Amino acid sequence: MQIKLWINGKMVTEDVAADTLLIDFLRAHGCLSVKRGCETSNCGLCTVFVEDKPVLSCSMLVARVNGKKVTTLEGLQEEAEDFGAFIADQGAEQCGFCNPGFIMNAIAMFRENPDPSDEEIKQYLAGNLCRCSGYEGQLRGIKAYLSFKKENGGVC
Amino acid sequence: MLTINQYVKAESLQQAYELNQKKNNVILGGMLWLKMQKKSVGTAIDLSDLGLDKIEETEDSYLLGAMVTLRSLELHKGLNSMTNNAVAESLKHIVGIQFRNLATVGGSIFGRYGFSDVLTLLMALNAQVELYQKGIVSIEEFSKMPYDNDLLVRVIIKKQEMKVAYLSQRNTKTDFPVLTCAISNMEGTYRCVIGARPKRAVCLYDNNDILKDGITPESAEKFGEYIKSQIITGSNMRASEEYRKVLSGVLTKRALLKLKDCEVTSYAD
Repeated sequence: MQIKLWINGKMVTEDVAADTLLIDFLRAHGCLSVKRGCETSNCGLCTVFVEDKPVLSCSMLVARVNGKKVTTLEGLQEEAEDFGAFIADQGAEQCGFCNPGFIMNAIAMFRENPDPSDEEIKQYLAGNLCRCSGYEGQLRGIKAYLSFKKENGGVC
Repeated sequence: MLTINQYVKAESLQQAYELNQKKNNVILGGMLWLKMQKKSVGTAIDLSDLGLDKIEETEDSYLLGAMVTLRSLELHKGLNSMTNNAVAESLKHIVGIQFRNLATVGGSIFGRYGFSDVLTLLMALNAQVELYQKGIVSIEEFSKMPYDNDLLVRVIIKKQEMKVAYLSQRNTKTDFPVLTCAISNMEGTYRCVIGARPKRAVCLYDNNDILKDGITPESAEKFGEYIKSQIITGSNMRASEEYRKVLSGVLTKRALLKLKDCEVTSYAD
């Protein structure tokens, strides 16, 4: 079937099989930040935005995204670098494998709730699993980033 | 692995219903549970274009379209206000935001999954289910019906004054629940719904009038013991039958004490 969608602002038209998953389509189009971590819709590593909402691309048919706008980490480089530096400063991650999904969902959180409490941060990011850390470094990194933004009058 | 031969975006409920009569065709909800199965689907039927992704409000009800995501339901101000935030409490522990942006009310309810937080909650709210062929049935009745090829169109929640409390026990955050418990009081009738038994959720009532003089620590304890004695549980990899029985008493007692402190908030808010 023929579909048309926008990947990071670029229009793509293609023939796809009915059961092609969004993750595979995106990887075939060069978005290699989108990865499979679990195959059980639990780890959050494959997080992308569809119409600006974070979803699991491993569990969504690309056919369902026909006519829609998809954003991956490749399309959010500036925001991701900005925030990622705060995570790195805390030495939050060890292997870094979970990082793309985590950054995507954190950006979604900053947009939806620019001033989250610790509990709200934990709730929002509960679907992003990290097997190296205990999430403390990430929490510190997020709080440091939010404080920096607040002090500098920036909008997250 | 799931394979799908054909994908059809239904143009009407009638078309979706007709396609769904063939055994190897399937209605897509959020596709999250479906994707976990080893299954060869002939035609996957998508209801996304039928306007069922909205929560509509009428004078006396909230109408939840089958394609409303769990995240939309979780964030709904009117429903949370009416239910002492039990709606959000029942949903926020389900995997993560990205998952709940995909999972649908229709998929969660039609499956009548033994692990379902959503079914537990909606049974306590005395909701109704609108089926394309059979019409409107109570969700309690629907929870006992066998699977068929009907189409779930929407879930109806009547606006009324109520007190609701929801609790679940999980071995680890974001995992399936080991047990769920939702208790409501509507016009003096207590509904105690226990889910993740791990069988389908079941609704129990205060048949012995244990709570007729209100909720006190003693009556809550006694009602918890009553639920524990009545509930049928089972074992699986998450917990044993016996553990679930004990939990049912404890969660029932705690939910009642939580319910006692709830304010009755106006459904008109």
